[in-house]
Amino acid sequence: MSDSKKILEVKNLSIDFAIDGNIARAVDGMSFEVSRGEVLAIVGESGSGKSTTAMSLVSLLPRNSRTTGSATLHGQQLVGMSIKELRKVRGKQVAFIFQEPMTALNPVFTIGFQIVEALREHFNTTRAAAKERALELLAMVELPDPEKAFDSYPHQLSGGQRQRAMIAQSISCDPDILIADEPTTALDVTVQAEILDLMRSLKDRLDSAIILITHDMGVVADMADRMIVMKDGIAVESGTADQIFNAPRHPYTQRLLASVPHLGTGKPAETIGKQAKSVLSAKNLVIEYPKRGRVPAFRAVDDISIEIGEGEVLGLVGESGSGKTTVGRALVGLLPVHSGTVTMGDKVFASEERGFKINKDDLREFRRNLGIVFQDPGSSLNPRWPVGQSIAEPMELSKEFTAAQIEARVIELLDQVQLPTSYRNRYPHELSGGQRQRVGIARALALRPKLLIADEPTSALDVSVQASVLELFQDLQKDLGFACLFISHDLAVVDLLSDRIAVMQHGRIVEQGPKEQILRNPQEEYTKRLLAAVPVPNPEEQKLRRLKRLELQG
Amino acid sequence: MSLDAQGRETTIEQEATIGLSQGQVIWKRFKKHKLAVISIFVLATTIILAFTSVGIVIGGNGQLVVDKETLLLRPDGWYIKGWWQWDWFTVGAKDLVNGAPTWNHPFGQDDIGRDIFARVMRGMQQSLLVTFIVGFLSTAIGVVLGSLAGYYRKWTDSVIMRVADIILIVPVLVLGAVLGRSVGGGALFLAIMLGLVAWPGLARLVRGEFLSLREREFVDAAVVSGASARHIIFKHILPNSIGVIVVNTTLLMSAAILIETSLSFLGFGITPPDVSLGQIINEYQTAFQTRPWLFWYPGLFIILIALCINFIGDGLRDAFDPRQRRDDFTKEGFFKSLFGGKKIEADHDEVIVGTTQRENI
Repeated sequence: MSDSKKILEVKNLSIDFAIDGNIARAVDGMSFEVSRGEVLAIVGESGSGKSTTAMSLVSLLPRNSRTTGSATLHGQQLVGMSIKELRKVRGKQVAFIFQEPMTALNPVFTIGFQIVEALREHFNTTRAAAKERALELLAMVELPDPEKAFDSYPHQLSGGQRQRAMIAQSISCDPDILIADEPTTALDVTVQAEILDLMRSLKDRLDSAIILITHDMGVVADMADRMIVMKDGIAVESGTADQIFNAPRHPYTQRLLASVPHLGTGKPAETIGKQAKSVLSAKNLVIEYPKRGRVPAFRAVDDISIEIGEGEVLGLVGESGSGKTTVGRALVGLLPVHSGTVTMGDKVFASEERGFKINKDDLREFRRNLGIVFQDPGSSLNPRWPVGQSIAEPMELSKEFTAAQIEARVIELLDQVQLPTSYRNRYPHELSGGQRQRVGIARALALRPKLLIADEPTSALDVSVQASVLELFQDLQKDLGFACLFISHDLAVVDLLSDRIAVMQHGRIVEQGPKEQILRNPQEEYTKRLLAAVPVPNPEEQKLRRLKRLELQG
Repeated sequence: MSLDAQGRETTIEQEATIGLSQGQVIWKRFKKHKLAVISIFVLATTIILAFTSVGIVIGGNGQLVVDKETLLLRPDGWYIKGWWQWDWFTVGAKDLVNGAPTWNHPFGQDDIGRDIFARVMRGMQQSLLVTFIVGFLSTAIGVVLGSLAGYYRKWTDSVIMRVADIILIVPVLVLGAVLGRSVGGGALFLAIMLGLVAWPGLARLVRGEFLSLREREFVDAAVVSGASARHIIFKHILPNSIGVIVVNTTLLMSAAILIETSLSFLGFGITPPDVSLGQIINEYQTAFQTRPWLFWYPGLFIILIALCINFIGDGLRDAFDPRQRRDDFTKEGFFKSLFGGKKIEADHDEVIVGTTQRENI
């Protein structure tokens, strides 16, 4: 790459935070450069300092931080720049795309107003000219109806549209560098694929550089020309994406790549489950959120039938809003069933004759054989309770155990989920996300349930942590032989765990069958699109997949 | 080494794995908040001092009557004398012309020779009575109604909140004055009346806490394990809203002293010949410049009570909050330990982040 194309040059950049009178180094000696038309990906797990690095370029860090080293934009030093000069750089030369467009856009102003505001801040234009330009930008980010989007408030747009609107705002001043901080993490896979397409085409059209910050190796493989792998504030490896994906040198990079679930690497399902006795079956299940005031009733789940056999893992996949979580919550009795039959073992719990209701005594028996693992390990444990008490709670409530039995079982469970038994007196905030999720699993298994319902148990975790939790999950499932309904949006994770897969869309199951059939030979259009949109952590393979996906879209 | 429930010996490692009950943990942490512990002692001492020194009156209408046997004035009701040689109502000769403090009357005397120490002690009895009854009543009502409204929502919520709204729009001062007056009977009734109208604020806060906490997944997890509404309210949600409740209660209790003072100032509430701290200040406000002891001593005790209550509240809140850091005694020993160590604010699902330094480095 020639020097003339070089836009940003970062040399020996270090960032310290003063915390409680101690100095903590968040980023240590980062050096990299970015050229025109290039995508540089900074990858790493949470806390690795990847966002901090990017934020420091335009001094967006909190006041207890100190940046040292050098970062030059077109030869202009950014470190230690005055606020007045920084304002000219921010937005105009360096623009940001944030993870969560709902919080990054101001909810009380229209999209159009916010873009016009950004334009008038940097250019001396009339309101009319700015509006024209804003409409142009909204068209550029391929929003279906720019006029309408211009007058819309953020909440009136879908997640993907919001992200497009934010990108429109970011590129409004023709920035030289676009810093995208986890731009697609909050989005569904199919929407993510579209946004990545958009960013790729914009980069070429605007001839700017992109610094992509992400933890998702699939996204990196899809987008990046070069990449930097960060761990604990240090760049452990850098190079072209092909180099790093194909021949990672640093052990951390190797480990990171190995822990990414890769679609298509799951072992073929064993044939058990097909003939096995059914543990739970739901037939023609309909779940509605009742009407509230003027808001009409919403049918979240519409006529689905699933069956889970003994020791079988059924993966339930779908995008946000497809109703998969609703199914899980209804099956543990947290939501009322509108109509349909729910049978556990030989006993019918909800059916037409019973008015689709589960009566109180039945519900107790029903839940006795169920465990549930929630998505957010931060919210699923009572912050005021030591985790041992949380694990013991289901046993105490069942009143079937003596104190000594509970005591012994808690220790046994902690052992099973590979946590030191001394952790029982710790509070949730003293544990990491992965440890908390292990506690959540231990609690769900406390009563030795026949069926475990896991609602996105790993989606809030880092890849390497996710890998270890999934491994634990597999081991436990094998040892204890419980059946499992595994709800996830991540096809690769489902591929790893499940025997059978059901794909949901708009409250219906579009396709259901053995794993092999769904993943390798999907019949339905939606399943095909969903599979095609999943980025694979391998640049070459991903390029092929991208072409295939575009073909599929026509 | 110690013995566990089964009589087996437990080693140190095992001891670390023995589950502690919530109560034990909270007491352990409360003890670390030195100032709160000191405040408990100070408050207890003050209470004992107030009630033993000048004696107590049980029942009665707050007026003075002539004793049939001794033919001296005494309070109406059952009067038990204390160990202090003076009482708060007997008029006597002044040691000094202006009534300044002497060995005989350490807090001084007022213009008609009544002992100020005795009057302050009696006033403190009344103020403490009002404070604690208001604090207890309004917290109990507020927590119960707020919990019910927040947990059950729907019509329960509507009914309770409309009642709360009605009480909120009537000024407490006016309501307290009218009710206290019409029922009569001094501090006790005044306190009960105030307690009955002071709960809506707390009820609203508790309801808000419940509305947000009941959506958390640990509540769902408990529901799935078959927990009853009672279990969820008392074991899961209330302990998580204890901070709000404790802080609000201490504020209410301090406010109760002030309301009582205001009412007494307006001529309602506790009226002469009975005494309250607020009423003493009010009575002697003109003496502020010339005879400050008439003013400062009751004022000092108001501050003392309010401070103690606030510190205890502070200690309780920290003790109930497990995110409080456990060992923070390594540096800057005394002051830090006085305030129970530096508090770390962290969201329930966030990694702990330290406090931000003020200056730009």
